[in-house]
Order: sequence, then C-alpha cells, then structure tokens
Amino acid sequence: MNAPVHHQTLITPAHPKALASGQFKVTARDVDVYYGEKQAIKKLSIDIPDRAVSAFIGPSGCGKSTFLRCINRMNDTIPTCKVTGLIDVDKRDIYDPNIDVVQLRAKVGMVFQKPNPFPKSIFENVAYGPRIHGLAAGKTELDEIVEKSLRKAGLWEEAKDRLAQPGTGLSGGQQQRLCIARAIAVNPEVILMDEPCSALDPIATAKIEELIDELRQNYCIVIVTHSMQQAARVSQLTAFFHLGTLVEYGDTNEMFTAPQEKRTQDYITGRFG
Amino acid sequence: MFVWTVLLIVLMAVIAYWAGRTHAAGLVTAGGPRLHSLPSYHGLFTAAGAMIGGLALAIAGAFVFGSQSLLTPVAAVIGAALGAFPLYSKSSLDFRARNNFERVVLVLLITCSAVAILTTIGIVFSVLYETLIFFRSVSPIEFLFGTHWSPTGTPASFGFIPLLVGTLLITVIAIAVAGPLGLLSAIYMAEYASPRLRSFLKPILEILAGIPTVVLGFFAALTVAPLIRSSGEAMGFSVASESALAAGLVMGMMIVPLISSLSDDIINAVPQSLRDGSYAMGATKSETIKKVVLPAALPGIVSAFMLAISRAIGETMIVVMAAGLAANLTANPLAAVTTITVQIATLLVGDQEFDSPKTLSAFALGFVLFFFTLVLNYIALRIVQKYREQYD
Amino acid sequence: MTEVRDELVKKRYASERRFRFYGAAALILTALFLAVLLIDTVIRGIPAFHETSVEVDVNVNAADVDPANLPGGNYDKMIKEAFRAEFPEVTGRANQKALTALLSTGGADALRSMVIADPSIIGKTVTVPVLLGADADMFLKGQLTDQTIAPGKATLHVARLEGEEGFVLTGEKTGEEAEKQLGLATGDVVRFQGGAVRVTGMQNGYLKADPVLPPDAAFSTGNFDAGQWDIVSFSVPQANRRINDNQALWLDKLKQDGRIENSFSWRFFQAGDSREPELAGIRGALVGSLLTVLVAISLALPLGIASAVYLEEFAPKNKWTDLIEVNINNLAAVPSIIFGLLGLAVFLNFFGLPRSAPLVGGLVLALLVLPTIIIASRAALKAVPPSITEAALGVGASKQQAVFQHVLPLALPGIMTGTILGLARAFGETAPLLMIGMIAFIADVPQGFTSAATVLPVQVFLWSDLPELAFKSKTAAAIIVLLVVLFALNAIAIYLRKRFERRW
Repeated sequence: MNAPVHHQTLITPAHPKALASGQFKVTARDVDVYYGEKQAIKKLSIDIPDRAVSAFIGPSGCGKSTFLRCINRMNDTIPTCKVTGLIDVDKRDIYDPNIDVVQLRAKVGMVFQKPNPFPKSIFENVAYGPRIHGLAAGKTELDEIVEKSLRKAGLWEEAKDRLAQPGTGLSGGQQQRLCIARAIAVNPEVILMDEPCSALDPIATAKIEELIDELRQNYCIVIVTHSMQQAARVSQLTAFFHLGTLVEYGDTNEMFTAPQEKRTQDYITGRFG
Repeated sequence: MFVWTVLLIVLMAVIAYWAGRTHAAGLVTAGGPRLHSLPSYHGLFTAAGAMIGGLALAIAGAFVFGSQSLLTPVAAVIGAALGAFPLYSKSSLDFRARNNFERVVLVLLITCSAVAILTTIGIVFSVLYETLIFFRSVSPIEFLFGTHWSPTGTPASFGFIPLLVGTLLITVIAIAVAGPLGLLSAIYMAEYASPRLRSFLKPILEILAGIPTVVLGFFAALTVAPLIRSSGEAMGFSVASESALAAGLVMGMMIVPLISSLSDDIINAVPQSLRDGSYAMGATKSETIKKVVLPAALPGIVSAFMLAISRAIGETMIVVMAAGLAANLTANPLAAVTTITVQIATLLVGDQEFDSPKTLSAFALGFVLFFFTLVLNYIALRIVQKYREQYD
Repeated sequence: MTEVRDELVKKRYASERRFRFYGAAALILTALFLAVLLIDTVIRGIPAFHETSVEVDVNVNAADVDPANLPGGNYDKMIKEAFRAEFPEVTGRANQKALTALLSTGGADALRSMVIADPSIIGKTVTVPVLLGADADMFLKGQLTDQTIAPGKATLHVARLEGEEGFVLTGEKTGEEAEKQLGLATGDVVRFQGGAVRVTGMQNGYLKADPVLPPDAAFSTGNFDAGQWDIVSFSVPQANRRINDNQALWLDKLKQDGRIENSFSWRFFQAGDSREPELAGIRGALVGSLLTVLVAISLALPLGIASAVYLEEFAPKNKWTDLIEVNINNLAAVPSIIFGLLGLAVFLNFFGLPRSAPLVGGLVLALLVLPTIIIASRAALKAVPPSITEAALGVGASKQQAVFQHVLPLALPGIMTGTILGLARAFGETAPLLMIGMIAFIADVPQGFTSAATVLPVQVFLWSDLPELAFKSKTAAAIIVLLVVLFALNAIAIYLRKRFERRW
C-alpha cells in the first residue's frame, strides 16, 4: 500500500534491458535484519522486476540468503530474527501485520538449497500445496494441476509412470525439479531459489538452469547462487552483496563486463570471496 | 567372613602393587637403559595377579570349606600370593607391563559387559525352567486357551485367557488416555512452546515420570477409584470398587511422559528442511505438523506406542493396588478384572511351594509376559533404529 | 493467480487454533493430574507428621517397679489408673475400658524411659505425656468426623431426676415447643457446666436425657442462659466411627482443659513398623532402602561404567557386540517384576541367599538399573569429541590411557547424572522386591545386609493395604518422605547436569 520511499542508497539499474514492462514485482527499502545481536543486513534497498531472473551473488555470509528468506518471511521461523524496513510485493508491505503469511507464501514460493521432498509419493508432494490452499475442486482437477506442474518442471516424462512412488526415491536433480514442481503447483508469482543447484551434479544443474530460463516467461525469479558462471548463464539482472549490504545491482552483462564498483570488480575477478 | 575375605584380598593387592612397583623401579641403573613400562604398571600388573589369584582361591575355598569357615580368607591370602609372585618375578627392563596390564583390563571390561547378557540368559532360563515343570502338571493348551483362572480353587484351573483379556482391557484404557495426551503434549512442546515455556513444561513431565508406581497405585485405589465409582453410580452405572477404568486411567497418566518424551525426540529429529518446504508453500503450522511432520515421524511414533504398550502390560504396582484379583472374563471397563502381573505378584507373595502348580504358574505367567514385552520392545527398537538411519 | 478464497483461509486458521488448543489442553490436563496427585497426598499425609498425647499426673507406685529391673515395671497399669482417676465420674467396666482405649498401647513408653533415666521419681507423682491411640489422635485432628458445637439459643433448664440416672431438659416452655425453641432433637448432645447429656426422647411432655459426662454429683438443677450451654453434633453417626460420643466428649474435655499436646512426630522417623498406627514409623524401611540401594549402586555403577567404556570405546563392530547392544536396549524395557522372578529363582532358590535381605534386593535392583546406567554412560562418553582421544593418542598415549585419563573424566558428570537417575529408579521400585520376600512385617530396624528388611516403597504398599484409617494417613506420609528423597535425587542430577554441562 505504501508508496516506495526513495532513498539515496537505492540502487536500481537505470535502464535494465531485461525490464520490458517497467513493472517492479518486489521492492525493498532500508531493510535491516538482525539475528539476535548480530546485524545480517544493513539498510538494503532494491527493486526487482517481474518476468526476469535476478541473481544474488556475493561471498559467504554476505546476507544474500538472509534477504531472500525475508521475501517470503521464512525468517519468521527463526525466533531470534528481527526484520525492520519495508519490503513490498506487488506494492503491498509484506511485514504489515494485516498480511497473512500463509497467503504470502502461496504467492511467493521457495526452492531450497538441498532438495527436501516430503517422505510421500511424487503425486502427493506436488498435490500438497493445491490441497491445503483448496486450489482444486476435484480429483481430476488436482490430477491436471499435478501434471501441469510436473510438465513445467520438466519432470513429467520421467515421473509419470511412478507418481505413486516416494519422492525420496528420485535422484538429487529429479528431487530438486520435484521441489520446483511442488512450488509452482500453487501458482506463485515469485519463485525464490536458494542455491538450488549446489547439491547437484553438472548435468542435473544444466537441466535446472534450462528450467529456470523457461520459467522466467511467467514468473519473477530470484536465485541465490555461489557460482558466477551460473549467474551469468541464467540471470538477466545480478545483485552483488557484501557484508550485509547491496553493493551493486544491474544488468547481468554489464555487471560482468563493466562493474561500477571496485568491490564488485574485485569479487568477479576473484580477488576475494 | 565375606567382608574379611574381600579386605584381605584388597590388602594383598596393595602389597603386590607396592612390591611390583619398587622392584621394577630398582631395575633401573643411572645412565642405563630405561624401563619399557612405567614402574606403576609393573605394580598394577602384579596387583592384578594378586586379585585374580586371591578371588579364585577364595571362591574355591568358599565351596570347599563353606563361606563361614576361617579357612576361606586363608585360602584367599595364599591365592593372592600365588597369583602375584610369578608376575612379580617376570619384571625386567623390557617387560611390557603396560600392554599386559591393559590386556587384563580389557578382559575385565568384556566380562562386565557380558553381565547384561548373563542377566537375559538368567531370566530366560530361570523362568523357562519353572515353566516347563509347570507344564508337566498343566498342559500348555489348557494354560493358553483355558477361560477359567482359579489357581487356589479345588480343583485348581489355570486358564490364562481371563488374565490376558484383563491385561489388554487395562492396557487399552491406558493407551487411550496416554496416546492422545502424550502425543499432543509432545507436538505442543516440540512445535509451539517457546523455549521458556518448554523449560517449564518439561520438568512437569519428568516429575510425573519419576513418581514411583506404588504412589500412583495408592492414588488410584484411594482417590480415583472411589471418584469413578461415585460418579458412575450417580449416572446410574454399577461400578466395581476396583474397576479396570480406575487402574487404566492412572496407568495412562503414568505412560504420558513416556510417550511424550519419545515422540518429542522423534518429532525433533524430523529435518527442519521438510518443515521449511511446507511453510514455503503457505501451509499453516498445524497443516505442516499433520501432513508433513507426523507422517514423517510415523514409524517413530508407532514404536513409541509399542514401548508404551509393553510398559502398560508389564506394570505391576498400579494394578496390584487398584485392580482386583477376580479373574473375570469381561470387556466392561467398569467391572473388576485382574492382570498377568497382579497374579504373578499375588501367587509369589507369601508362602511359595516350588512343587505346587500354584506357585509355578506364576513363572509360566512371567514367561508369557517376558515373551510379549520382548517382542514388542524388539520390534519397537528396530523401527526406531531404521528411522534414525533414515535421517542421519 | 487463482484467488485464494477468504472463507477457506478462515477455516484453516480456525483449525490451526483448535489444534494448538488440543496440545495445550493435553499438557494442562497432565499438569493438573500431577498437581491433584501431589496435593491429595500432602493433605492426606501431613497429619501423620504430628502426634497427640495427653498429660497425665501419674503416681509412680513403688510396688509396681522393681528397682533391680526398671524396664520390667508395670507402667501400663500406673498410666491406666492415673488416666481413670482423671475421670472419676466414668464408672462401669465397659465405660472404663472405652476410656483407657483412648490411650496408645505404647503410651507407657514415655514413663518407662523417665523412670529408667531418673529412678528417684519412684514413689512420687509426675506429669507424663501419654501418647494417644490412633483413633483418638485421628478424632482430635478432625479426620474421623466433623464436630459442630452450636451455642444454645435460649434459656435451658436442667433438672436431675430423683433416684434415676437421668435428667430432664426444659426451656421457657415445655414439650415439643421446648424442643423447637431449644433446637434439640433426639440424639443431640447437650453440654453445660462441665457435664454433658444426650437427649433420649420425649417422655410425658419433657425432654429426657442420659448423662454422657455426668456433671458434679452436687448438681441437681440449674438454669443456663443462651450461650452458657451448647449442642454438640457429629457429621458421622456414632455407628460409623471408631470413637463413640462418650469418648469424643472426654477428648473434648481434655482439650478444653489444655491437657492435649500436639507435637511433631519424631517417632515417625525413629520407630520401625508396628501394628498400631500411632507407633508405626519408617526408620526400618528407610534403613532397608538405604542398605538395598547401597548394594545396588556399588554393583551397578562399576559394572555399568565398565560395560559402557568397553562398548563405546573398545568394542569391535561385530555380531557379538551387536548382540550385547540389542540385549541391553531390550533389558531396559523388560518389566521390573520379571527381575523379581529372576531374583527368586536364581539368588534365592539356586544360590540359597537369605530371603527378605537387602543384599538380594540390591542384587536384583542392580541388574534392573544396569541397562539405564550403561545407556546413560554411553551417551556421556559419546558426547566427548573424538578430537580429545586423538590429541592423547597423538602424544603417544595408549588407547586405554586416552580413555581412562581423558575421555572418562570428561564424561563423568554425565555418567553421574545418569547414575543418580538410576538410583532414583531403584529407590522407588517395589514390584521385584515383593517377589524376594522384602514384604514381610518387620518391626526391627535391619542390622545388616543379610537381616530381614523392607524398603520404603514396599512399606507404602504394606500400609496402604491395612484397613485402619490411620494407616492411610501414615501411607501418605511415607509417600511424602519417598517423594522428597526422589525429588532431592533428581535435583542433584539436574544440578550436576547444569553445573558441568559442556558444549563441545
């Protein structure tokens, strides 16, 4: 509801080439995050466009995952975590007490570092979300949602004959695609991915990256990654985090060829990190 | 005599230690080669010899002369000397006293851990032996399938079915109370309670778990049973003064901490990533618990329930004090029933005649009880083990 | 995006709240049960920590005491005579017997020890506290019946019947109106000027009454204004209580005269078991428990630590150690009564050890708590990081030196915590001890590990089975002592855990 407050530290690409519609999906202003006494994020402001992949890069402990988890309030599950500042999704403050976190997470899905399928069948894994949110009117509709989601996640061909088998029996890459299918089954608008390929081999990684590229047609995707190559391959925009602050955010190609900040340059060229 | 013998052996061991140690220390000459092992290890090795020799001859002496004989401590002293001397004279500069002593210690440790096995063997054999004697006078078929139990009647009858039904009735009541209460408590403590609240709630359950069953039995017989009786009669039911319900309810409360602490551990072992996966899709806490955490924890919870059932079947004092002695074959929770453990306790308290089926039947009941609980425990522990491996 | 319907969300949140409520309710219910259990026990048990005695002036009659044999004197007779002398108006064998029945059979003990301590009092009159019997004691503690004393509301006229053992009661009016005016009914007890009478009924329009506590012999008639007399009534009818009205009034009189003394019952901690509730104490059971647990722990602790050290640090991973491991875990869940069977068959029948002895009880309990101690000790050993062992091995220590000089000392607080909890379990265990005969009635304090003894939980069981109401109170009191010991043990364990807890 609140209009974005403009702040001098706001870093937004002047003319992001990837941004066709000019629409920002997620905006953050002056976000501070504390774990107990320790400040993990300092005065962070960012505008993330829809229908594009934004990659968060930076050395370990720079706060990129922490910020990612703020966007669907997964940090609520950590008792000592405190978030101040403003984060809007579709121009609505998601930390507004009136916002229902359950509905927020239906809109902002998440894929985790390590594949975490539920110890249930493949079908049940995907159907779980639509069921709890009441998205399907009947069995046939649920079947359709499951199939559509698995197709979108590129897992349908591999999984259609073994839907009743446990999701934990799939290979690591398949499991992660199952988790993506599970996330998109509730029709989110934003998908957060926290190093989704870090536990996978190169072939599985390539598949997930392809998938991410396809998904960007319909979703706003934010991905945290340790691999600069991956950021370069899949994202249109890249944000560089360092010591809890956002150093630079801009068009991926420009960022890797002509970064504006010295620290970004140093990181990309491997001087630290 | 026993105390004197032990003291003498200890004294001999101390002397042997001192002798062995000074002997070894004396072997070193200034500037000469060093001992392989520290002098104290030479002492310990010699002392171990004294201990073993002393104990061996003391036990032999107790059998030959009788445990009260003065000759027993004498035998112990001779044994200690005989055990220590060869080891004492073995000491030399390159004698590996430490390695030898450590071998003795290892054997000692293995012996100690075999006591647990010996206990099980002891249980199985002692119970089985008397049971077999019992089956000489009463056929196993009659025992296992008979529906009339009256060990002191004339003629005595040993049909075990009424005891089984009574035991199961009380167990069912207990689990019906403890299952929901224990599981819900565990869920609340693991998923909802703040760490502060948890640190306050946990001791309550621990206190309840630590209350001796004889205390719970007293409470069941004196407070709960009359309460159930009067409220039942106010509602127009006829309630026995030693109703299965009273014993079952209190036994259920006894089991709540068991189920809740086991379930608590199991729920906490469910990886956080599964919960995160569910929360990230917009599931509420209870949806996550019911649809993700509990199904994942199911094997562990099942085994917690099995251990609880085994505990309920084997519980003695509550039923001895609050359930009856009458072997009624009924499923009515308001009637008086008796249980396997009550009968064992009753048959073996007071005069025991190991030639009458009355006393021996207690061992047959004990065998059945041991068998039931062993099977339940074994399966439950296997399930827990498998479950732990899954998330390790 | 499919719009998530508000109605469904509302329903989901309602279900969330309901579920949360169930969890909280389960915990509250459990806590409530524990609270009721503890409060109920304390309320039942507290009175047993006090005993009541009556002060009696006794003439230590030289004829009844042989100076050469002071303990053998007939003190009982002296006490009874002196007590009867306090109530000269009580006549007749039955009544006198009822009177002396108020005293404990051990009531003369105090006098006996006084005389033994100071023989010079023989022939003199001394004031001695005489212990009351359990029934009198329970009555004075208000446990047998509620007693209401209602002051009279109108003027009462009392007249002794000529030549009869009886009185006539009238108010300002006579007959039924008097009954109404005075608020009297048949069976009520009326007290006035040191006497008491029981209304027996209406006769010729007058309320007739029999003496319970006869007033002065000189008393013939008297007028008592409202407040100068009172009506005594009991909530439990006479037939259902062990103190009859007469006895109750005698006790009331003693109480009014300030002769009743209520003091802390050291006897409860100093005496052994007895058939008389007021004389029974827990000393024998406490000593028995102490001896039994001592045997149990001195066996189970070294065995348990040795097993745990072997299994955790030295055992190769093979079938044999797997078997021991499975075996220990199963043994921990075997019903305790089975261990009683083992003790009976092996220790008593096979080895011929004495029945009811703390030695055998300790052996059985040692086997019972051994698995608990092994499991706790292994957990404590496992919690010591391997880097400690590696560091020791790195400087040339043998594996045993590393374990016994580094790992074991670091694990010791954890082992002690587990051991104390095992100790608490052994202390509260009842069932297996019944099997090996530790249930016999034993009045003496056990002298050693092989003398017949009982333990505190078994004493609780024994007393709970006795019909006398006074023993119910004793049972609850013994339970309080048992729980205090157990809570203390647990508190020590918690303290150790907190004090030495180490996060690696």
